[in-house]
Amino acid sequence: MLRDITLGQYYQTDSVIHRLDPRVKLVTTIVFIVSLFVVEGAAGYVLAGLFLLLVIRLSKVPVRFMMRGMKSIAFLLVIAVIFNLFLTQGEVVVSFWKLTITKEGIYYAGCMAVRLVFLIMGSSVMTLTTTPNNLTDGLEKLLGPLKVIRVPVHEIAMMMSIALRFIPILLEETDKIMKAQIARGADFESGNLIKRVKSMVPLLVPLFISAFRRANDLATAMEARCYRGGDHRTKMKPLVYHRRDLMAYGTVCAYLALCIVAGRII
Amino acid sequence: MSIVETKDLVFEYIRRDEEGNVEGITRAVDNVSLSIRQGDFIAVLGHNGSGKSTLAKHINAILYPTEGTVWVNGMDTSDDEKLWDVRQSAGMVFQNPDNQIIGQVVEEDVGFGPENLGVPTKEIWERVEESLRAVGMYEFRKHSPNKLSGGQKQRVSIAGVIAMHPKCIVLDEPTAMLDPKGRKEVIRAARALNDVEEITVILITHYMEEIIYANRVFVMDKGRVAMEGTPREIFSQVERLKELRLDVPQVTLLAHELKKSGLQIPDGILTTQELLQALGL
Repeated sequence: MLRDITLGQYYQTDSVIHRLDPRVKLVTTIVFIVSLFVVEGAAGYVLAGLFLLLVIRLSKVPVRFMMRGMKSIAFLLVIAVIFNLFLTQGEVVVSFWKLTITKEGIYYAGCMAVRLVFLIMGSSVMTLTTTPNNLTDGLEKLLGPLKVIRVPVHEIAMMMSIALRFIPILLEETDKIMKAQIARGADFESGNLIKRVKSMVPLLVPLFISAFRRANDLATAMEARCYRGGDHRTKMKPLVYHRRDLMAYGTVCAYLALCIVAGRII
Repeated sequence: MSIVETKDLVFEYIRRDEEGNVEGITRAVDNVSLSIRQGDFIAVLGHNGSGKSTLAKHINAILYPTEGTVWVNGMDTSDDEKLWDVRQSAGMVFQNPDNQIIGQVVEEDVGFGPENLGVPTKEIWERVEESLRAVGMYEFRKHSPNKLSGGQKQRVSIAGVIAMHPKCIVLDEPTAMLDPKGRKEVIRAARALNDVEEITVILITHYMEEIIYANRVFVMDKGRVAMEGTPREIFSQVERLKELRLDVPQVTLLAHELKKSGLQIPDGILTTQELLQALGL
C-alpha cells in the first residue's frame, strides 16, 4: 500500500522545458514568484498569466497535472479569500449581520486568489519538469558561492540526494515491518486518531534502528569508494549552459522588464 | 609480486560499557600472515565470527591493525597519506546490496567512485561503460537501482568498484543475501573479472560451492588461518572441515563416505563429473 506513493511529481516527457538546465528553472521560478508580488493591477496579472500559459504549453504537461497541486492548497485559498473579503476596510458594497464586504476587499481577495493559484502552478511546472536529482544538482551549483561563507553546500546536496535514494527503500521496509506486526495481531487501522498514532510507535522503533544501520553501512561503502567530501571531486554529469538556457534567461529578463514597465504605466 | 600482504596481523575489538570503561577485548584477527599474488582468485572461508570480514576490512583500510602490518600494492595501510591510494587499489563490495548503492540511476552509481577520484568527465563515461559491460549490466544503465534484483544490484556494485580501476577487489560475502540465481550471477561476474581483466579477487564467503573456482583458499577459525591450499587440498580433509563447523559440498561428502566404505576414489572430489569419472561411469 505504501509502495504506491510516487516520489515528487515528475512528469516524464520530452519538451524544451524538460531539457532546460535546472538552474534556469530554479531562477525562473523565483523570478516568477517575486513578480507576482511586485506587479500591480490587471495588466500585471494578465502578463503573468500569459507567461505561465506559454511555459505550460511548452512543457507539454497536461493542465490537469497542474491542477492536482491545487487541491492541497484549496483550504488555504478559501481562507485567504474570506479574510481579505471581509476584513478589508473601505467603501462598503454589501453589508449584512456583522459582516461587510468592501470594494477594496473584493479587489484584494481577487488578487490574492490569482497570486496563490499562479504561485502553485508556477512551482508545479518546475517540479513536474525536473527530476529531484537534477533539482539537487541545480541547487548545489546555484548555492555554490555560499561555500565562501562556509555553508556546506556540497554536503547538503549529497544528503538530499541520498535521502531521495533511500525513501523508497525505507517505505518498503515500513511496509514489511507493518505486515510482520499485523501478522502477529497488531492493529493499525481502527480506533481514533490518537490510538492510531500510538500504534505507530512500535513501527517507528525498528524502522529507526534499521535506518541507522543502513546509514552506517552506506557511510562505510562511500568511504571505501574514496568519498572525501566535495573537494577535488569531478562530475559525471556536469551542468553546462546551452544556447536554449541562455535564450530562456533572456525571456525571463524580458518578462521581468515588462512586469516593471506594466506596473509603471497602468 | 604480492598485491596484498599481511604480517603478524592482530585486530582487537574493545567492548565498552556505557561509561566507556573497557568491558572486554575480543581478538577478531589473531596473528595472520599471508601473501596474495597479483591475478590470484582467493577465497576466504569461515563460519560466523571467524574473523574473515574483519580481515577483509583491513585490506581496504576501513580498519587498521592493532598490531602487525598490512601492505596493499606495496603501501602500508596505516599510512594516512596513502589512505586514498590504498582504497583505490583495493576496492570492496559489501554484503547488503541496498546499503552500498549511492546513485539513483545505475550509471550514476558506477560513476561515483571515479568522481571521487577526480577523473575527468569524459573518462568517467568511458569507465562507466566499460565496467557495466564487464558485469553484463550495460543495458540497465538508465534504470533505478531500486527496480533491480539482488544479484543485479551486486553486479552494479562490482561495476562501481571496477570503474575505479583497482588492482584487487575484496568481495565481503557478496552473495549472503541473494537467492541461488543471484549468487550464480555474482560469482560468474567475479570470475570474469579475474579471467579477463586479471584483477585479483578476494572472495569472502561461507558457501562451499563458491570456492571451487579459487586458486587458493584460506580457511579461518577463531581469527587464525586454520587451513590453506587449493580447493582440492582443502576438500580432501573432510574431517578437519567438519571440526571447523563447515559444510562440504554434497558431492565431496558423498565421495568421502564412499571412500570410507572401501571404494577406490581419490580425495578432494569437487564436481559430479569428477565423481562419475572416478567411479568409472
